Amino acid sequence: MSGLRITQPGLLSLLQDGGRFGHHRIGLSNGGPLDPQAFYWANRLCDNPTNSSCVEITIGGLSLEAELATQIAVTGAEVVLTINGQPRPLWQTHAIKPGDQLTVGFAKQGCRAYLSVTGGFRAPLQFGSSATVVREGIGGLHGTPLQPGDLLPCQPSTDHRQQRLEHRFQPQYSNNATLRVVPGYQVDQFPSLEQRRFYSSEYQLSEHCDRMGYRLQGAAIRSSISAMLSEGICLGAIQIPADGQPIVLMNDRQTIGGYPKIGSVISQDLGKLAQLRPGDTVQFEPISIEQAHSLHCLHRDRLKRIPLTPC
Amino acid sequence: MRIEIAGENALIIYFADHTSPQISAQIQQTCHDLQVALGERLIDLIPSYASLLVLFDLDKSSYFEVRNTIQRVLLAQAEHPPAAGKLIELPVYYHPEVGPDLEHLAEQAKLSVPEVIKLHQAVEYRVYAIGFAPGFAYLGEVDERIAIARRATPRLKVPKGAVAIADRQTAVYPAESPGGWCLIGRCPTSMFNPAAEPSMPVDVGNRVRFKAIGREEYLSLGGELESTI
Repeated sequence: MSGLRITQPGLLSLLQDGGRFGHHRIGLSNGGPLDPQAFYWANRLCDNPTNSSCVEITIGGLSLEAELATQIAVTGAEVVLTINGQPRPLWQTHAIKPGDQLTVGFAKQGCRAYLSVTGGFRAPLQFGSSATVVREGIGGLHGTPLQPGDLLPCQPSTDHRQQRLEHRFQPQYSNNATLRVVPGYQVDQFPSLEQRRFYSSEYQLSEHCDRMGYRLQGAAIRSSISAMLSEGICLGAIQIPADGQPIVLMNDRQTIGGYPKIGSVISQDLGKLAQLRPGDTVQFEPISIEQAHSLHCLHRDRLKRIPLTPC
Repeated sequence: MRIEIAGENALIIYFADHTSPQISAQIQQTCHDLQVALGERLIDLIPSYASLLVLFDLDKSSYFEVRNTIQRVLLAQAEHPPAAGKLIELPVYYHPEVGPDLEHLAEQAKLSVPEVIKLHQAVEYRVYAIGFAPGFAYLGEVDERIAIARRATPRLKVPKGAVAIADRQTAVYPAESPGGWCLIGRCPTSMFNPAAEPSMPVDVGNRVRFKAIGREEYLSLGGELESTI
């Protein structure tokens, strides 16, 4: 099979589909896109099924050479996309032909960009998914980040329907985000003063932010828990270890852990967190589980209703 | 028994504040029952020592519906005591050659090396949880006399198949990884193989026994040796 050949993989480029589900019992993480919304648009622009495989580009620095004719789109962080040296807009499909040189520069704002191709990249499936989880050595082309020389297999396509997402519908990335939280897990063992401190403080992203978890720095939060049994961890869970500094657990998290948790960030806000960088800030806002469900349904339906514009 | 919210699409059932073979069996039974009762609405389950995390599909279900289903399943269980888990036997080559902490453990426990080996095999363990890495099964509970704390400085490299103890837990490392547990032997059975079906020989709630084997049998079963750890 032909496809796109990696010439430079950049800082961290990973094949990701919607994620690997149903295998937590043997200790496998989910993987999948850190910013599901940008990932959604990358696939929608190429008329792909929702969870088709894309390349998640962290910060940037990716270059590729096309070995076939197809079309691509790049969404997410504000990177400069060039085709044969010419800058091209993001959030839009572009026809490419054999020999075309594609580059994705370093992001000026935001942190994760998504490269999609018509029909999706055809990566082998492990446990039903192509999602790369480097810590587990599972998914992608060989369980690792993309390497120079790798061929990203895809189908040729010449039936092009060029389309774009209008600017007013594109997410805007900044250096701050409010993360909505469903209180849960051990929340009752955090004194009310500590909970108020947590929800009224600003936290900074530390240098230790990766696909497993985001370590934050700010007002320390104390709980009355000294020791607890390890238990299942869901996406977005906020661990508070003994030093009181919160850790938000992301797609490649371990499946079980023994630190107290004050609640979990809702999934649509994790994408905002994933677009921030060390030094950027967040604050947390508690919402009820009923609100979280309404927000989920509204968000899902709103995305579906947004039209693409032919171009 | 409590059911708490964990996240927007996650509920966690706390069965007790401690662990025991009975609780482990009940958790395994609940996993099975919830798979049947929730069907397509279920995304995944994470059983652990004394809890079960239930992840459900927000597009197909709601918090109230899943909570009610869990309550119904737990009530119905009261009439059916859980079945004993499947028993799996794992062969172990116990020897300082592959168990660099074996002699230290014996010394600290004021026992001989053969006594330590005997005590490790004397217990029928339960798989209380799987996590840390794919295929890493936490087995409990180790005889108090050979319980030993984690190493102050974890090893950067623990080989695949290493049989280890930490406090009252024991495990077989499914792949080479860093680790702080004390190493007493090596198991030739693969604990995690992504290409195999099933990919793991054990599941949460199963029972496990260790059986001592000699160096030759270890090698004939596919076990590996390397010069240094």
